[in-house]
Amino acid sequence: MIHFVLLISRQGKVRLTKWYSPYSQKERTKVIRELSGVILTRGPKLCNFVEWKGYKVVYKRYASLYFCMCIDQEDNELEVLEIIHHYVEILDRYFGSVCELDLIFNFHKAYYILDELLIAGELQEPSKKTVARLISAQDSLVETAKEQRSSISNIIAQATK
Amino acid sequence: MALSGMRGLSVFISDVRNCQNKEQERLRVDKELGNIRTRFKNEKGLSPYEKKKYVWKMLYIYMLGYDVDFGHMEAVSLISAPKYPEKQVGYIVTSSLLNENHDFLRLAINTVRNDIIGRNETFQCLALTMVGNIGGRDFSESLAPDVQKLLISSSCRPLVRKKAALCLLRLFRKNPDVVNVDGWADRMAQLLDERDLGVLTSSMSLLVSLVSNNHEAYWSCLPKCVKTLERLARNQDIPQEYTYYGIPSPWLQVKTMRALQYFPTIEDPNTRRSLFEVLQRILMGTDVVKNVNKNNASHAVLFEALALVMHLDAEKEMMSQCVALLGKFIAVREPNIRYLGLENMTRMLLVTDVQDIIKRHQAQIITSLKDPDISIRRRALDLLYGMCDVTNAKDIVEELLQYLSTAEFAMREELSLKAAILAEKFAPDLSWYVDVILQLIDKAGDFVSDDIWFRVVQFVTNNEDLQPYAAAKARDYLDKPAIHETMVKVSAYLLGEFGHLLARRPGCSPKELFSILHEKLPTVSSSTIPILLSTYAKILMHTQPPDPELQNQIWGIFNKYESCIDAEIQQRAVEYFALSRKGAALVDILAEMPKFPERQSALIKKAEDTEVDTAEQSAIKLRAQQQTSSALVVTDQRPANGTPSSTQLGLVKVPSMSSNVDQSLAEQGLSHENGTLSIVDPQPPSADLLGDLLGPLAIEGPPSSDVQSQQNIVSGLEDVPNAVEATAIVPVGEQTNSVQPIGNIAERFHALCLKDSGILYEDPHIQIGIKGEWRAHQGRLVLFLGNKNTSPLVSVQAIILPPSHLKMELSLVPETIPPRAQVQCPLEVMNLRPSRDVAVLDFSYKFGNNMANVKLRLPAVLNKFLQPIPVSAEEFFPQWRSLSGPPLKLQEVVRGVRPMPLMDMANLFNSLRLMVCPGLDPNANNLVASTTFYSESTQPMLCLVRIETDPADRTQLRMTVASGDPTLTFELKEFIKEQLVSIPTAASYAPMPAPPVPQPTTPPAAAALTDPGAMLAGLL
Repeated sequence: MIHFVLLISRQGKVRLTKWYSPYSQKERTKVIRELSGVILTRGPKLCNFVEWKGYKVVYKRYASLYFCMCIDQEDNELEVLEIIHHYVEILDRYFGSVCELDLIFNFHKAYYILDELLIAGELQEPSKKTVARLISAQDSLVETAKEQRSSISNIIAQATK
Repeated sequence: MALSGMRGLSVFISDVRNCQNKEQERLRVDKELGNIRTRFKNEKGLSPYEKKKYVWKMLYIYMLGYDVDFGHMEAVSLISAPKYPEKQVGYIVTSSLLNENHDFLRLAINTVRNDIIGRNETFQCLALTMVGNIGGRDFSESLAPDVQKLLISSSCRPLVRKKAALCLLRLFRKNPDVVNVDGWADRMAQLLDERDLGVLTSSMSLLVSLVSNNHEAYWSCLPKCVKTLERLARNQDIPQEYTYYGIPSPWLQVKTMRALQYFPTIEDPNTRRSLFEVLQRILMGTDVVKNVNKNNASHAVLFEALALVMHLDAEKEMMSQCVALLGKFIAVREPNIRYLGLENMTRMLLVTDVQDIIKRHQAQIITSLKDPDISIRRRALDLLYGMCDVTNAKDIVEELLQYLSTAEFAMREELSLKAAILAEKFAPDLSWYVDVILQLIDKAGDFVSDDIWFRVVQFVTNNEDLQPYAAAKARDYLDKPAIHETMVKVSAYLLGEFGHLLARRPGCSPKELFSILHEKLPTVSSSTIPILLSTYAKILMHTQPPDPELQNQIWGIFNKYESCIDAEIQQRAVEYFALSRKGAALVDILAEMPKFPERQSALIKKAEDTEVDTAEQSAIKLRAQQQTSSALVVTDQRPANGTPSSTQLGLVKVPSMSSNVDQSLAEQGLSHENGTLSIVDPQPPSADLLGDLLGPLAIEGPPSSDVQSQQNIVSGLEDVPNAVEATAIVPVGEQTNSVQPIGNIAERFHALCLKDSGILYEDPHIQIGIKGEWRAHQGRLVLFLGNKNTSPLVSVQAIILPPSHLKMELSLVPETIPPRAQVQCPLEVMNLRPSRDVAVLDFSYKFGNNMANVKLRLPAVLNKFLQPIPVSAEEFFPQWRSLSGPPLKLQEVVRGVRPMPLMDMANLFNSLRLMVCPGLDPNANNLVASTTFYSESTQPMLCLVRIETDPADRTQLRMTVASGDPTLTFELKEFIKEQLVSIPTAASYAPMPAPPVPQPTTPPAAAALTDPGAMLAGLL
């Protein structure tokens, strides 16, 4: 299973963290610090796997961002590498050629999308189209609620005029 | 793309981004936290929108790495908001900020349950997602049945059901006892017919977890898995959106093959044939393509297929095909494939018959040792280590030595340990071995642990032919300008013992030896000085006729250290000075060290432990365990391949470097007189086997009393007193009978330690089943002896060899078992006191002209006399505190633990009858368990156990055990440790050398001497 997902920028800034195994706040900080040290210093053209404390970390760099997923030693590394790419493609489709800034200002969207992709550290949905459909359904639910609210507040405003 | 849609949040994020430095950022963040805190305080004025905005800000700040120690309540409370937008934020922020052990989560359980059983599909999704991501034990208890209902409900849409499947997977992982999966096999089989691939993928993940827990219940799913795989591999009716770069859902293919690896075999020939067709297609049909993602995806499938082929024990032809593929992979440019090629080749080593084909790739693998990527170099090192044998040891070890000079620090220790072990295991001649180790110390002294040089000393001492050579080599190294301290130690030791053999060579007169060694003294630490002093004393003794000048020089040094603050140095100086004035007496006292008793190499032991450390509990590994019997044979054959038998020797001990000269005198006398080496050292070296298990070796220094007791335990396990060794016992590995057991005896035994009934032993003629009932300190085992043949088994004999703490009575066993019949033999057991010794069944029978004899450990082990008992916090804490310290409460840091998720550990404890009590320990990474121990001599005794794990490093943990009885505490602690450290991985048992291993005996062990059962158990 995937124990956690990290998005770290080349400068070591954290853009997203998701923990499927229980880590305390202190441990989370420590893991991030240690792993950034290991992964950010790796040169290009090396393999996408790092062995780390009895686990494996599968990572891939997209422009200025490193996507990292920590898995068990016996898990299938390439499968997880393509889960990362699958996630990136969905983000790309959603934001329209996604860049780091999109993920900074819309980090909550990145979380929503991840939740449609993984649960319990396992892949939930292999179809990009389905994920995209579910996310846009969520967006429209939020929109509708907003409209309702504003119409209600209009009504109240009018009534109390 | 529009900004977040929440202006306040966007503004804050830009502010943080615009900060020039970390300090400014901190100020901005602190300001915001202050603001949020005040806003949350008078919550009433907060609109839902504002609340949402603030909890997002909190999450953002948290992500930046700042402590956010408030506001959790607000995030959780959003979950119960009636509207979707707030609820959504509540769920997602909660699941990101908190982990499963936060108390706040309990507050939400009711709301979450209402969302799950409610009719609103979107709410169901939110709730299932959060529970699936951070749900803990409490959630399992209250939600599992509801989630199960959703998963199989026909009215739910796929988007809910796929979430329910993974949510259930989480709950099952967290708490398999609470999730009731009885009768779920049929449901799972139905789920595998699912048309929606999202649901199918999620269900397959769930199946993997269920099957890994209990494959027997899910046989009916096996053909369905094969069908699914066929459908995917043939790309039959897979919707376009479920293909990934043209490959039908690679993830589902991988998952399905993973599930199949948890079934031990596939019996149905048709299913097997179709599966092999698919696998063959994958193996042959995967080409390297330009598109990286397509390549990765197809190779993900291919590597999983390889693993499955290995697991299924395919025909040799297919295996060679696999090796050929891997051979291609390790030479490609693409680093991922190269890495995985090496990794899988190492796994392939476990398959018999392919080692020779793998060896053909040795040159390529050695090239990988120089790869720019450390991940790849690690794999190459592991593979070289695994494939090394007498035929290629020289080449491989020399490569490793060469690589040592350039290797990064992170790898040097492992590298030198591995090189040392290989040199020892496969040395074509011993002088080569000495060369290797000295080079090792020279090149990487800092990374050569003490046990490595102790081992050289042991070899040289035990092999007279080697002594002049080793001494000359050591002398050569002393000429080098800056040598490592370890080199000083080993040279000093060797020259002290054997320097006189070189006397006629140039530069090797006593005086010259002394002065070149003495040059080093100012540069060494206080742990080396005692060795140098001993060497001086020995040089002095060997100087015949005496050289007054040298004598005065050395006496001067002894004088100088007589007032040294270091007691060890002082004592040696004083004693050597006094002794060396006695003239002739010196010659006796400082005579050459006697030979060492032969023991298993501490190094090899250590390496095995590290292997256990990183042991992969994958299906592949499980399979490897099933093969122990063949693994044993392989190890036993090694000497025949030309390895000197002395390479199987044992533990290193510092030869009488102890401060007590009188004692070493006594030792020498003893061993000379007896002419045997049986009892060499009444004071056991602290580097006992347990010491090995526990981490860094503390070799020097007198053992503490606590070591004595450890020794006792070790003796119960592995010691075999010399007197008996030659006569009574036939070790398992070399039984005279021609009957081959079916399955792994050790594994069966371990399984039976955890459950009450099962197969104890099986071979082509007989099957011995066992069923146990345990009540308090008494138990009743029934042996089921089943004759599998159509002719009778005669001369059947079953003798029980009980350890001293068990009283056992076996009813009569008939001498003949009729064809196809089963005989039941009840066995009464009574536990007298706590002990981990094991009873042994000595079983023999005659079939035709063949006499078969096996000795089997009986699962009447410590935990059978435990009765799990739940304790509440009110009971636990006073008890825990009242047992304040040793010997009633013992604590130990255990290293080399087989890495396992906490849930698995909790399961293990529960099956050991140690009841895990959730909620007592506030830290989620800890386990607290309680149980009662029953024996005839004592009252029922409450035992408490606490395990603190380190999620960042699963190979170690701290264990505290408490009970009202010191022996019980100790025995229980050791028992649990055994379970955690070496759960029956064949790897750690198989390479035990066949001849029994003599160990220094201590008084408690002597008690075990009279106890044939314990001795046998130690052997098995």
